[in-house]
This record gives sequence, structure tokens and C-alpha cells, in this order.
Amino acid sequence: MIIHHPILGPRDAQEFVYLGDASLIDRPDGMTAGVEEFHDYLYQRTNPAGEHQELWYHEQGDRSWLVVTRNTVTHEITKVELARDVARARGRTK
Amino acid sequence: MSQSNRITGGQIDRTKTLRFTFDGIPYQGHPGDTLASALLANGVRLMGRSFKYHRPRGPISSGSEEPNAIVELRTGGRQEPNTRATVAELFDGLTANSQNRWPSLRFDAMGINDKLSTFFAAGFYYKTFMWPKSFWEKLYEPIIRRAAGLGSVTREEDPDDYDKGFLHCDLLIIGAGPTGLMAALTAGRAGKRVILADEDFRMGGRLNAETYAIGNTPGADWAAAMVAELATMPNLRLMTRTTVIGAFDHGIYGAVERVSDHLPTPAKGKPRQVLWRIYAGKAILAGGATERPIAFENNDRPGIMMAGALRAYANRWGVAVGQRVAVFTNNDDGIRTALDLKAKGVDVVAVIDSRQGGDLLPGVRHLQGAEVIDTSGKLGLSSITVRQTNGRSETIAVDALGVSGGWNPNVNIHSHHRSRPVYDASIAAFVPGPEGPPGLLVAGAAAGHMSTHAALKTGRDAAIAALDLGSAPDLPQAEDAPVRVSPLWYVHHGKGRAWVDQQNDVTVKDVKLAKQENFTSVEHLKRYTTLGMATDQGKTSNVIGLAIMAELTGRSIPETGTTIYRPPYTPVAMGALAGRSRGKEFKPFRLTPSHHWAKEQGAIFVEVGNWLRTQWVPKAGETEWRQSVDREVLATRKSVGICDVTTLGKIDIQGTDAGAFLDKVYANTFSTLAVGKCRYGLMLREDGIVFDDGTTARMGENEYVMTTTTANAVTVFRHLEFCRQCLWPEMDVQLISTTEAWAQFSVAGPNARKLLQKIVDQDISDAAFPYMGAGNITVCGGLRARLFRISFSGELAYEIAVPTRYGDSLLREMLARGAEFDPIVYGTEALGVMRIEKGHVAGGELNGQSTALNMGLGKMVSKKKDSIGMVLSQREGMVQDNGYRLVGVKPVNPQAKLTAGSHFLEKGAAPVAANDGGWLTSKVYSPHLGCDIALGYLKGGDKKIGQRMRIVNLLAGLDTEVEIISPQMFDPEGERLRG
Amino acid sequence: MASLMALTALGRREPTTVTHGPLTITERTDIALASVAARKGRVADVVAAAQSAGVPLPGPVTYQAGAPYSGFWVAPEMWFVEAPFATHELIADLLKSALGDAASVTEQTDAWVAFDLAADDLAPVLERLCNVDVRAVPDGHATRTVMEHLGVYLIKQGRGAARVYGPRSSAQSLLHAIETAAHSVW
Repeated sequence: MIIHHPILGPRDAQEFVYLGDASLIDRPDGMTAGVEEFHDYLYQRTNPAGEHQELWYHEQGDRSWLVVTRNTVTHEITKVELARDVARARGRTK
Repeated sequence: MSQSNRITGGQIDRTKTLRFTFDGIPYQGHPGDTLASALLANGVRLMGRSFKYHRPRGPISSGSEEPNAIVELRTGGRQEPNTRATVAELFDGLTANSQNRWPSLRFDAMGINDKLSTFFAAGFYYKTFMWPKSFWEKLYEPIIRRAAGLGSVTREEDPDDYDKGFLHCDLLIIGAGPTGLMAALTAGRAGKRVILADEDFRMGGRLNAETYAIGNTPGADWAAAMVAELATMPNLRLMTRTTVIGAFDHGIYGAVERVSDHLPTPAKGKPRQVLWRIYAGKAILAGGATERPIAFENNDRPGIMMAGALRAYANRWGVAVGQRVAVFTNNDDGIRTALDLKAKGVDVVAVIDSRQGGDLLPGVRHLQGAEVIDTSGKLGLSSITVRQTNGRSETIAVDALGVSGGWNPNVNIHSHHRSRPVYDASIAAFVPGPEGPPGLLVAGAAAGHMSTHAALKTGRDAAIAALDLGSAPDLPQAEDAPVRVSPLWYVHHGKGRAWVDQQNDVTVKDVKLAKQENFTSVEHLKRYTTLGMATDQGKTSNVIGLAIMAELTGRSIPETGTTIYRPPYTPVAMGALAGRSRGKEFKPFRLTPSHHWAKEQGAIFVEVGNWLRTQWVPKAGETEWRQSVDREVLATRKSVGICDVTTLGKIDIQGTDAGAFLDKVYANTFSTLAVGKCRYGLMLREDGIVFDDGTTARMGENEYVMTTTTANAVTVFRHLEFCRQCLWPEMDVQLISTTEAWAQFSVAGPNARKLLQKIVDQDISDAAFPYMGAGNITVCGGLRARLFRISFSGELAYEIAVPTRYGDSLLREMLARGAEFDPIVYGTEALGVMRIEKGHVAGGELNGQSTALNMGLGKMVSKKKDSIGMVLSQREGMVQDNGYRLVGVKPVNPQAKLTAGSHFLEKGAAPVAANDGGWLTSKVYSPHLGCDIALGYLKGGDKKIGQRMRIVNLLAGLDTEVEIISPQMFDPEGERLRG
Repeated sequence: MASLMALTALGRREPTTVTHGPLTITERTDIALASVAARKGRVADVVAAAQSAGVPLPGPVTYQAGAPYSGFWVAPEMWFVEAPFATHELIADLLKSALGDAASVTEQTDAWVAFDLAADDLAPVLERLCNVDVRAVPDGHATRTVMEHLGVYLIKQGRGAARVYGPRSSAQSLLHAIETAAHSVW
């Protein structure tokens, strides 16, 4: 597969490490959330046959974590964003 | 016998003679020959025995689709089984052998299988060898494997190298027939970067096998001229002997280039094959078409082949396969074979045309509405039996028969993304379906455009479409004959066997049996009969197999459907896939800064990931590894020992939020750590399991240096980047690995400080550099260095680091300047002994299943702050009172042995899973305690200190009484390390 | 300065030069290297300070040569900066004082081994080693890539000139990989 890195352009997926569902960005606050909420955060996945947002790490590249929108059926990639931008947009701070 | 079947013409170099052997018999051929063409030129039709029935077989094709002429090439380590003689390029000195026969090809004892064919019909194994169950592995399978099969694998190592590589282009063209050549010319003249790849050693595709002209030039000459022009274009890469094996995602294609297969041995340093990864903006599949047979009784005798192959052998290789030849066809292309052979002076005794009507061929016996119903000939064809339209049968003596059932477009690569081919009744074949790999266009015969004109035109148009070109070359004149075919899949006659898939010995009867047993879907048909499996992927057999099934079930061919193809297009040698990554080159090595010194000393090395670490350093007279390790441990604890710990991961963490960031990623707190101090850190995964541990030092207000375990250096870094970018993007934190930038040594033992004081420029007394101190120092008169007062051994210990280039020198300097303390260098074994004596966790305990609580470190998980894993580490099941706890273990009888992996059992308890109390994670011999000691996870272990239990290992026959003790087995008060 | 003697990444006193056919591989031990990362929100400050100090901090996948400092982009808001080792062994300290608290600077000199490759055309050997489209990328292209399992930085200086930074501990393996590829094509 080819991932169109927002900064570096097309790069072979071999350079990346896959992590999984981009919902991993939405980590609850450990000081307020309990075991149930963390359980759902860590283990509950939608696993769609179709469009999926997922985290890829450009380990053999610029070390950016990316949010890749990929169709799990066709492997078509429709969007690639820097995970840091996505995290900020979702309101994550310090 | 000297090339008795050689006739005039062809693209072979008759000025040179090549010598080769087949089954030990010497033959001659010419450059340009394949093994098959050369054998046929020498009158050899019999080239193999079939898979199941050991029927005598010869080639049925002249290309990579060949199911029958499968041979072993070369000998020794280069012996290569299951090679298709039809594409093996002849070279001087080639040794080829037939396979799957014993004792010889002409007399094969396993030919008895043919007589017992009833027992070997489809599904026979499944039904017969089911009982008794235990017989399968020991009796049935070995016998069947010996009787049925292809070639044998050499037991010697392959002496050749295989490379891989990466190519980029705007357009990849797969196949260099008229379609591919025209596409390449169009794209090449437009200045695009083009790769033109063809599996053949000569470009031109079918043009090399045909007699018709392009413009005023014979097709083969036109192709050669085109190739010559293309070769002058710098933007074009011509790759012969290169098979595109698969279409992968987003324009990535795999290709195998056979660089040296046509040579006796590769030139020095040169690879045998190269596996290319091709990044193509667009691609054109111009792979042509494959002729398919018609099934009739005994249609597998050597001498019976595809009509197009018969023609190719005559036109391209100057070989008349037989002296008296017949053609059996259901379409016009078969007629072409008869005409070409006749023009070459071959005696064409009959054309058996299954179609009725139309003009009769002049000058040839043209039997319309006729079918071949049987053949005879022991080791090769001697006659055919023809049933004429009036129902009368006639036997005709022939020694070669060309069969044409029509041509199947080579859709294979187009279906690599699961696009299903669709049936086109006008050519009675499947053509590429919709939704193939994005960016892949199909042109020429591969797309069902069968004439030369159509090939040229669609090749050009595909290049224009793929690259959005404005101009294009003119098309030369070429034949544009329509496809005229009347489907005939098999001849309805008799009870004998009519072969559908010759490689798997699948007959029309087998297809009928599959239908009878209701395996009517094409996917079931394939699995039940093995039709279309093995090395040829059913290139010649799939379509007739499914068409017969369609006929038997009364469904149409589109209703019946087809199976699809997967990569690779043709078989790929394992060596090509492995590339350079084998043996010592499986992965790169990482060498420590002390490697060269250690090698001089004759050190024993151990692979830790890619690192080669010193395991121990034997001294003269030491014959057992334990002697060395015990000595290293004792000497360290007595005076001072030095160990290279460069392999531990080091991560430089800077920024105004560095401390707050470490509080998030470590279970314990780091923001409160004073500058110039270090602290043991415990890192959890989000699920609460321990991920990694190490010591992290605060080198400045906004600067920390983290150490990780050797094994997790990469994954911890990745995790930190995840935390930094995805979880807390507003933190001011910068990360960089410095693992290799610093050569780091542990200096441990009562005399560690005294030794280091001879190296370090600053005062490192206990007052000036207390326990858990850290800082930037200089050594040996001003060289920048780092010092950490930390201990893994339980001794007074430091870790000292200098820029890596000085590491070797630092070690030598420490040994020389500290000579009065008899310093020793210890390896990973002694390191392990000392850390286990101290109860420090490492690989065996950091096993990805254990919590901080399990390790006795539960109190380190701070609940006053949020950190990765904090919440889920408190899950009910992970904080049980009776959960696993780390304990120390020693045998009651000091002579008794322990083994890691053994299980804890109460005295008197039966060794069954229900009584399992836990297991030993690490075990060493402690020279201080004078016995084996171990660490282990024991249920409720914290409450069992002082108790006696058993250690049981049924595999090792071990049942030892042990005492459960504190994991801190040596100097439990820690007096030594603060000394 | 100090009494310790340096070893090259290949474990010798002097840098190694290897030739095969048209290719020359030269181990470079005379380059000091440091990473420069902008503190959060301080990119403009770093760039300004770098400019006045003559430290080039180019855009993505780019190497910018200069004297004494050259630099190339390695990650968002992070660069590697080169300088002559003889005069800039303490490159991290020098850059820290030049860039102040706007940047995080880390010495990287001995984390890497540097090989300079020279030939008329390096593409035939580089295409056996990595997936970079070396024929198409411009001079000054700097990217991380993989050669025989090793993460490296490849800097294209021209059709026939390139620098490869590989992990220092694997210097022998990296050299072996390049030499093997050279034997394969030349």
C-alpha cells in the first residue's frame, strides 16, 4: 500500500507501523474516568467493513503518527492526517 | 540422434551449438532454444510422468502455462525441481532430469497407478484413508506422497544469491507482444518513464511464433526493430526474463527477473534472480492469451499439444514436432496452424474441424463436423481415431496432433484484487471483469482483442488513456481476422479418460463425479478434484473444467462462474522471496563499543535482538562456561567488574513539560526528581500490564535521559511518540534516541569508585556523587561524559558513558588504570546471576502478562496522578490477594537443580493443572549462595515466604523440594550499593 | 584534549574507503552531528536564531549545505545539523548557545555512521538498496529510508554523489549491504 503522508507525499506502507483504530486518541482522563470507561476505550472497536480511521506510525520516516482513513474492503485510502492535528482538533491538550 | 526434427527458419542461432543432457543422455541445441524446443528437435517427446497416474507426458504448450513438461534442472545445490521445460532457456552444459518416475522415465514402476485409476479418482483419499485415524500419518500419507508428486527438493544449500530492488515508473507494461510494444512506443515517445517487462528471453510475444506481417515486415522482425528503437530511449527500461508476478495495492507490482537462470552459474557476485518491487503510476496488462485444449479420450499422449504450440515450435524454433501431423480444432486459429505447418513442408494429414459448414481448406484433408475420439501410442502418439460427421470412425496414423479449443485471455493479474472475469460468448472465453486493480488497464488479447491489429490499437490506446497523452504514433497495417469459434469443451464419447487438467490428472469423469456428489460450485469443483491447482494454476484447464460443469448441470457458463487467480502468476523460488536475508545475513548485526576488545579476548557472544553482546569472557584454563561466569560474579562482588550496557535504550527527553510527560508515561513520579538525580521508572501498558522499566535521570531543569530495556528500545520510543503526538499534543516535549551515541559501561563492586576516580576528572566521593546521582562529567582530562550512580548488581556501582567512538579506549583505560583492583569484564550471564541474586526483574519476569503488583512493585503505581495503565491496573482480577507474586526460590538440598519454567506445587499435590501454584521465571547458579536459585511467580507468594514447596517439571523429570524466600536473595538490606 | 583514542564506526583507527567498479564508499568520521528540535510554539524563534547563527534548517525532505553548518529535515520541527568534527566536536553545546531555550539540542555525532557514495550514477546500486526514487528526486533530497532492514538517512547530492547515515552499531552490516549491492550490479 501507499500512504500519502501529509508532509512527505506518497510513502510505502512498509515504512509504517500499524496500531489500530484512531479512537485510541480519545483516551479518558485517568483522574476522573473509571475502569469501565477505560475498558471501553481500550477494547471496544467497531471493526467496520468499509471506511476506517486508523493510526499508522512512520517509524522508518519522520516518526509522525498519522490518522489514515482506509476502506478495509478495498484498501482505498481517502484521507491522511497528522495525528497530532487530529488530536488537537478533538480537543486534546496536555 | 542429432536434431532430426529440426526444420528451416526460426529465431535460433544455428552457428552455435549447445550441449546438454536429459536423463543422462547427451543432446544438442542452439542459442534461442528452450529445453523443450531442443528436446523436440531431437525427437524427444516424452518429458515427464503425470502427478497421480504416472502417465507418460510431453509438453502441450510452448510457454509458462505448461502443465506437463515439468523437469529438474541442474544438480547439487542448484538442483531446481518443477521447472517448465517450455520456458527453460537452453545453455551449454545444462543438466536436466525428468521427475516423478522410478526407475526410469520410459519404464516407471508407479505406472501401476494408471491401471488402478478407479481408486485414484477425485475424492478417493478423502473417502478411503479415513480409518483407522492413526494410520494416516504413519502409513497412508507417506505412501501417497511417494506415489504422487512432482519433483524433489535438493538437500543442499542453494549456493546462489538473490537480490531485491525497487523501481519506479509512470507506466508498467506487462508483456512485450504487439500490444505491449505498441503501448511502450506510445508512452516512450511521449517521454514518460516506462518499464516494459516480459517473462520471455526474447520480446515480441506471439509475433515470434507467427508468420504474418506487420506493415511489410514479418511480425518477428517488426518486433525486433521495435525493441531496438525502444532500447535507445533513456526513459524506457526493457526487462526481459522478468515475470510480473502480482498486482498489489496502490500500484505496487512484484516482478522476478531471472538474471542468471540462463547461465550455467551466475557470474561472480551477481544474483541468480532479483525480486523487484515496482511502484507504477499506471499499468497495462498486455499478457496475451493462452490456448486451451479440448478434452477427449487419451488426449494426454506425448505428441499431442496445443495447435498454437505446434506452430510456435515450427515458426520460432524451427522444429517439426512430428512428421505426420493432424490438427483438431473448433476455431479458425487451429486452421492457421495447419497452413503454417504445410507451408513449412510438414505433412499435414488431416484437419479435424468440429464445426460444420464454411469453405474447405484447399490442399488439406479437412474433415468438418468431426471429432477426435481416441488416440493410441505407448510412450507417445502413434494414431488418432476420428469420428466423422456421418458417425463413421477412422484411425489415422499421426505422430503429432495440434489441438485448439480457443484462446483464453490471460486475465490473471487483473483478478489479483478479486475482480471476477466475465464470460464473453463471442470469443467463448472469460475477459477481465470490472473493478480490477485501480490504475491497471488491460489491452490486446488479455482483454479479448485477438487480432494483431486490435492488439496494436488497444495497446496504443491504453497508453494514451493511462497517461492522458495528446499524440500517438500511427498504427502499422496488420491482420484483423475475427474470432470464429464454436465452443467444444469435451468430446462426448466412450468410457475412457479424457484429461481436463493434465498437471493434476483431473479427467472429465472426475468433474462428473464432483457433480454427482453435488460439488457443483466452481470453488467446490476446484477443491474436490484439485482442478486448477499446483504450479500451473490451471492456466490451460480451468475454463474447460468449469464449462464441462456448466454443461453437466444445465447452467450457463456465466451462471457457473469462474475461480479467480492469486499471485504469483508463475511459481517463484523461495530464494527470490528470501533475498539476501538468510544465514548470517538474515538480519544486520549491531556491535557494542567493547566488541573489538571482547573479540580479542576470545569472548563468547550472544545475540540479543540484533545486538551481539558479550556473554562471558573465558580465561585460560576455563573449560566450562560456569567457571567463567562464577569467576566474573565473584570477582565483581569482591572487587570490581565492568559490563558494556550500551545496548540499553537511551532516549533524550527535553522540553518544559518533560517532567509532566514522564509522569504520564511512568507509573511513578518524575516531575519531582531533583536535577542531578535518577530514579527507577516503571512503565505500564494501558491495560495495566508492565511494559518496560529502566532508570531515568534528570540532567537539567528541562532535560531527562530515559533508559529502556535492550529489547524494548524501539517500542518504547514508538509509544512515547504516540503519547506525545496523539494523547497530549500540547505538551512541550521533544524526543530523540541516543542509544548509539554513547558507549555506556556499568562499573560495579566495592572498588568501583576507586577505579573510576582514576578516570573521572571530578570528585565522585559519596558526598559529592551520592547514590542515585547523575550528571555530566569529564574523563581522562576533559572528554565529555556522563555518570549515573545506579546498580543492577546490588553492588556499589556506576554507569559511565562517553561518546561511542571513545568507548573502546575508555574500557581499555579503565582496565589499565584500575589494574591494582584486578578489574574483570563480565558478560550477560554474570549480569543475570547478580540481578537474580538481587531479585531485579528482567526478561523472564517482564513477560507481557505481569503487573507491578505481581512483581512486588505495586506501590510504585501512583494514584495521585494520571498515567498510562494506572486505571486498568486496578481491575479486580489484577489486584487479587492471592494473585501471583514474585518470590525467590532455593532448593532445600543445595545439590538439587532447578529449571526455569518449572511449576510450583504444594507438597503431596498431584502434578495437574488444578494444583498449579505458578512457575519459575529465571534460574541461575549463585556462587555466593552455593546453589541454584530462581525467581518465580507464585500464587499468594508474598504470604508464603519461608514455606517449603515443590518445584516440578515433568518434561525435565524434576521434582525438587524448595524453600520460598524473599526475591532479594543477596544483601537484602542493600548495604553494599550505598557503600 | 583527552587521552582517549577514537575508533571509527568500523572499529579502526582511520576511516575506511572501499571501491568496487565505479563506486567509492568513504567512511566519514569528520562530521559532527546534532539534532535540533523546536520547543513547542517556538519554531519562529528557532528559525530566526538559526538564521543569524548561519545554521540552515530547510523544509521537509531537504538538505541544505553551508559552512560551517549544514542541515537537513528529519521530522516535523526537527533537523539534523552537521559541522566539521575538528572544529565542532562540541556541536551540541555550540548550537545550544546559538539557539537558546527555543530549541532542544542533542548530540548525535556517534549515534550514526556516515558513508559517502560516489560513482558516475548511483541509481543502479541505490535501487537495489532502498525504495527512494533516486532518479527522480532533486539534488539535496534528504529522506529517511530502509536499507537491508536498517533505518538510514539518504541524502542525494547529485546523480553520482550521496551520503548515507546509518545506525553506528550496524556500520559493518550497512557497508556490507552497500558493497554487496555494488557487486551485484557492477
